[in-house]
Amino acid sequence: MTTVIDVPHSLDDRSFEDIFDQLAPLPPDEKVLLDARRTRWASPFGLTGLLTIAQTRLERPTLAVPENDDTSSYWSRASFFKHAEGLYDITGRVPRARQASESSVLLEVTPVVHTQDVHTVVENIQQRAQTILSEKLHLQSKVTMRFTMALSEICQNVIEHAGTGGWVAVQAYKWQQRLGRNVVVIAVCDAGMGFRKSLESSQGPRPTDRWGDAMALEETVMRGATRFRDPGRGQGLQGVKRFIGNWNGKLSVRSGTARIAIVPSWDEDDVMKEGLASFPGAQVQITIPERMPDA
Amino acid sequence: MISHIDVSSVLRRSVCDLYSNLVTRPTGAAVRIGIEHHLDEIGDKALAVLDFSHVGLLDFSCADEIVAKLLMQYVSVDIPRREVYFVFYGMSESHLDAIEAVLERHGLALVTQLADGAPALIGEVEEDQRRAWEKICELGSAQPADLATAFGVPAENAARTLDTLWRRRLVIRQESGYFPVRGITS
Repeated sequence: MTTVIDVPHSLDDRSFEDIFDQLAPLPPDEKVLLDARRTRWASPFGLTGLLTIAQTRLERPTLAVPENDDTSSYWSRASFFKHAEGLYDITGRVPRARQASESSVLLEVTPVVHTQDVHTVVENIQQRAQTILSEKLHLQSKVTMRFTMALSEICQNVIEHAGTGGWVAVQAYKWQQRLGRNVVVIAVCDAGMGFRKSLESSQGPRPTDRWGDAMALEETVMRGATRFRDPGRGQGLQGVKRFIGNWNGKLSVRSGTARIAIVPSWDEDDVMKEGLASFPGAQVQITIPERMPDA
Repeated sequence: MISHIDVSSVLRRSVCDLYSNLVTRPTGAAVRIGIEHHLDEIGDKALAVLDFSHVGLLDFSCADEIVAKLLMQYVSVDIPRREVYFVFYGMSESHLDAIEAVLERHGLALVTQLADGAPALIGEVEEDQRRAWEKICELGSAQPADLATAFGVPAENAARTLDTLWRRRLVIRQESGYFPVRGITS
């Protein structure tokens, strides 16, 4: 039997919860079909999340591609299908991949498995990031380096903590409905061990009733805890937080059944959400908004 | 002896000819080992100028592996490995972001040389140490008595401060006094 999973019309970190909710009750060996035929738009979180889902299924899933040509063309330019074809049985028309000349794609969907992948990501993004961040987001040119540093650290988290590979994508777009401004969004998703298991691997579960995904996220994201004894560890995520704070950005990290966020004044998200549908690994999103003239 | 170490060359030699960015911990560890090999060849008392001029990006993890772990081996208030002094040269604002974060984390400090050639002290330094360090730079060299006079403190306190600065390899100790750590003269 195949279970059909409806992919939302507009697929971002929020609407992706619908997919997690649909998947959570299913055993991992159940065949699923992700029906994206009516999907019109996907954020970097949406694209990397879809690839991550496929990695959690024991039975190779099927993906029905968006019927809208603009949407499927965009997914193609973002290199989504290039990777999806290795993970999904694809139904529907996949446009031929063209060079991502469109400037909104800062970084196509890229696998993060080995250390050299982080070098590749950093080398590939710098030139495009410089242009987008200064021209579209009106950020000072010096922010490019900090932005790339944050990206590098988030990608390294996958290699060091997930125990599996993950996916990264970066895109700039106009966030008309929620903010009315341009934003640049980084998404890094993996289906690895997640924050709680990573901490437990060195110290075991904490001796408290509160111990769980939410507390593990608090300890790592807010207090810089890591599974390593080396006191120098944990600085990457703390550096990312500083960058987010300096540029009025938003950071959200979902792992297991919880999601933590550093919420700027322009957003109304919850700092912590618990009791979400369980999903392995960690899914991180960074959003940096356009700087307004008076900011 | 002054030894100039081009960090980007060490990166290309140790890791990959194509890379210009110092990112990831394994990369940082490989570069640090490359620098240590270089230091092993320059004797027991030396000044090493670590030149970051041609380094693109330096992330926090790599800064921790290279800068913090290198300093922790060679700079200690207890028993430093050898008498090696470091000057960090050619650092951009973003390099400093990463380096200052790791120095703070480990309670370390270092001397960097600014574009105008002037040395600057960054990291975790107590106020009396910073004042003493700045005075030595101003005077060119100093004895405990010089600092005692300048700051109106007992000579033994000044001597203790200078000794701490020396053990942290933030000043050079010679028979004739304490000297600022300086690398390339502009």
